[in-house]
Amino acid sequence: MIECAQLTKRYGRRERRALDSVTFSVRSRGIFVLIGRNGSGKTTMVRILSTELEPTSGSASIDGVDVVTSPTDVRERIAIVPQEAKTVSWMTPMQTASSYLLWRGFSRAEAKARSLASLEKLGMGNSADSLNRTLSGGMKRKVLVATVLASEADVLFLDEPTTGLDPISRREFWSILRETAKERFVFLTTHYLEEAEALADDIGILDRGRLIRIGTLQSLRKSIDYDFSLRIPKDQAVSLPRLRNGELFDGSEDTHILTVEDEAYEISRALAKEGRRFTINPVSLEDIFFYLIVKEGEQTG
Amino acid sequence: MSRLVDGSVVTDVAPMKRNRLNQILASLYVNALYEMKNYPVVLLNTMLSPLSFLILIVFVSHGRLIGEAIEGGLIMSMFGAGTSLLTDMSHLKNDFKLQDMVVSSPATWQTYVAGMALSEIVYSLPALVVLGTLAAYFIHTTPAGFLTMIGVFFTVFVTSIVIGYTFATFSSDIVQSFAFSRLISTLFATIPPVYYPITYVPLPYRYLAYLSPTTYAAELAQNAGGYLSLSPQTYLVDWLVLISVTAILFAVARRKAKWRET
Repeated sequence: MIECAQLTKRYGRRERRALDSVTFSVRSRGIFVLIGRNGSGKTTMVRILSTELEPTSGSASIDGVDVVTSPTDVRERIAIVPQEAKTVSWMTPMQTASSYLLWRGFSRAEAKARSLASLEKLGMGNSADSLNRTLSGGMKRKVLVATVLASEADVLFLDEPTTGLDPISRREFWSILRETAKERFVFLTTHYLEEAEALADDIGILDRGRLIRIGTLQSLRKSIDYDFSLRIPKDQAVSLPRLRNGELFDGSEDTHILTVEDEAYEISRALAKEGRRFTINPVSLEDIFFYLIVKEGEQTG
Repeated sequence: MSRLVDGSVVTDVAPMKRNRLNQILASLYVNALYEMKNYPVVLLNTMLSPLSFLILIVFVSHGRLIGEAIEGGLIMSMFGAGTSLLTDMSHLKNDFKLQDMVVSSPATWQTYVAGMALSEIVYSLPALVVLGTLAAYFIHTTPAGFLTMIGVFFTVFVTSIVIGYTFATFSSDIVQSFAFSRLISTLFATIPPVYYPITYVPLPYRYLAYLSPTTYAAELAQNAGGYLSLSPQTYLVDWLVLISVTAILFAVARRKAKWRET
């Protein structure tokens, strides 16, 4: 289990809390995805759990080992690809992965063998000896992931590993992560909600340093009272009915309605009858995220 | 093998036996060998600073100070290892986030810094080979004098590595690190009388020169090379100051340097 109790991090005395009394526990199995807006505290959370950063107060542990008081024991089991990590330009993918394994205390022969296997698994066998600076952005990210996958760590922290990747590379990444999660625990942060939806066994939502929800996608769906999401573009001038069971959010691009099944069909029929353009979908993680963030904002003012 | 217990992955294997030497060598590969192998031009760069000062002093003194200048070049090379460590560590930490990956691994700060220090020595090898050859030719000393010089150079190296590591952990930007590096290098290796005897410095300024540990190192090296005659008391005081400064800086580094950020 990953467990945090009243975990708080404040940068400087007068600064806002990057993490504010975060308490949760989640099984260390499969893929856990932490989502949140920029500056919500995702990276701070990852840095604390991966023993890079000390919290201001509170505790955190990985499978019962305290990350604050026993970092050395935790480091035996974890590996991280930090946000904004870059491959060293003067090294090759093979040198990158094998030197990381040497840092982890592998023999040279094993470091090379594991590095090559990992790079080949990610389809980088042919580029193993090219200089990192000659690789594309996606390939460079892959090198970093291959580097930690080559290790023996069974808990992997990946902080926004797919940022900047094209959609095809991102989907390739997803299948690698799914494969990895069969044997190891992956703690992933992202602000791509479709990524979280596609990968996560459990999802945590952070907002302004506070954990506002945690659970499976199913349980998050149940945490809001709506089943369907309707989006009506702004150029489709329509007079909307008064909502009985739903909520309406007036965005700059479209009008967004979250509502229950019956009302969603009712509105849809009315819009279709008028020949208006709109979309209707079951509530997605993006809808849940949007709803919870707005509600959290209303509550905290 | 891993298994699931109460929804958590539990690893059954015994803790892996880790090769500490390889953990040290990893830094050597990353920070010196791979760079030298893939970008050979960097080898030239390491020679420039110590050799340029040496040539200048030799020309200005019409060759009279060649022994002192060679010793000064060696001291500067050793001290330069620490300033290079500062910028290299900062570069790996802030620009590549590589140090973050190492922090969250079984490598310790001791193995990381030892490896980085070793890499700086390897990086300085071209300069050290040239200066060592010149020293063998121009400096004639006793075995005790030779050992003294080795001790002095080693102490200067340790001091500079400790300074470099401490500043690197506080630096959050490579530009800031370069500024620190140039400042430290100027204050401790360029301004103090490292390439020539301290007696060349006018008296009121000599006291300022003694604020730098490299001044004591240069005195000891010049004494060992027969270019300066120190009294036994001064000899002892010089060693005492040099070792004390190193020990104090080491203690400060252990206490203040941040491997894990706070």
